[in-house]
Amino acid sequence: MKALQIIKTAYRATIEEQDDTIVWFTHAMKGAGAELDVLLKGNAVNYAVTAQNAAGLEFGDWQQTQPPRLARDIGGLIGKDVSVYAVDEDVAERGLDGAELVDGVKRIPRADIAALVGDYDQVWQW
Amino acid sequence: MSKSTTLTFALMDAPFENARTTTAMRLIDIAARRGYNVNVFAYEGAVYLPFARQAAHPNAVHGHDVDEENHPLPKDWVSALMRATRQNGGEFNWINCGLCVDERGADEAVEGVRRGTPADFWKFAVESDNTLVIATQ
Repeated sequence: MKALQIIKTAYRATIEEQDDTIVWFTHAMKGAGAELDVLLKGNAVNYAVTAQNAAGLEFGDWQQTQPPRLARDIGGLIGKDVSVYAVDEDVAERGLDGAELVDGVKRIPRADIAALVGDYDQVWQW
Repeated sequence: MSKSTTLTFALMDAPFENARTTTAMRLIDIAARRGYNVNVFAYEGAVYLPFARQAAHPNAVHGHDVDEENHPLPKDWVSALMRATRQNGGEFNWINCGLCVDERGADEAVEGVRRGTPADFWKFAVESDNTLVIATQ
């Protein structure tokens, strides 16, 4: 069984969670032997941008020492043989065409998503 | 598990926040009535759905005391769906994401709820006829 994780809700509680909950979920299931790939769409394509930096949050004398490192986590998935796709138009619409994306992220035209989905037994949109 | 249809649901939303929870419960109810086997993996805020310390309250605006108001509690929905599934011949499994429970202090759940990991969700999905993700938006 192979499943495609479609992540479209981005930066939901990533400060508190120190990661994206679905990227984390994918890492955890992959570690348990799951066959999974990831499609980043909408605002979630920004997870592939290497230059993002969420460090430096302070509330009074509280400082966040371990901020979310989303690009690292995306790269980690690729390192575990998870294919990570990003919708091409969503990247372009957000002005990210010139941005450096995590090595190995595959940009996919919106028109090709239907065919991609057909390669999986189950598709989970988060 | 019995040989009937098995469905897995992944829920993420905390109770009392939006209509997706009600919709999810209605879908699970249909599955229960059909005698399907039902698996639920509660992720993030959804681990509070079966939280045992939910309490009904009166509602002065409605002019109701606590009994008249009969405030809906998702923990009771979970227990009711558990009973309905089993009465109709299905198996019902509800697993709360353990780390999600810990970070919220939500470790008191109604009877029948178990603690698990994303690996349990994957196992559910592999063993199911289909899986429905109802994620937080």
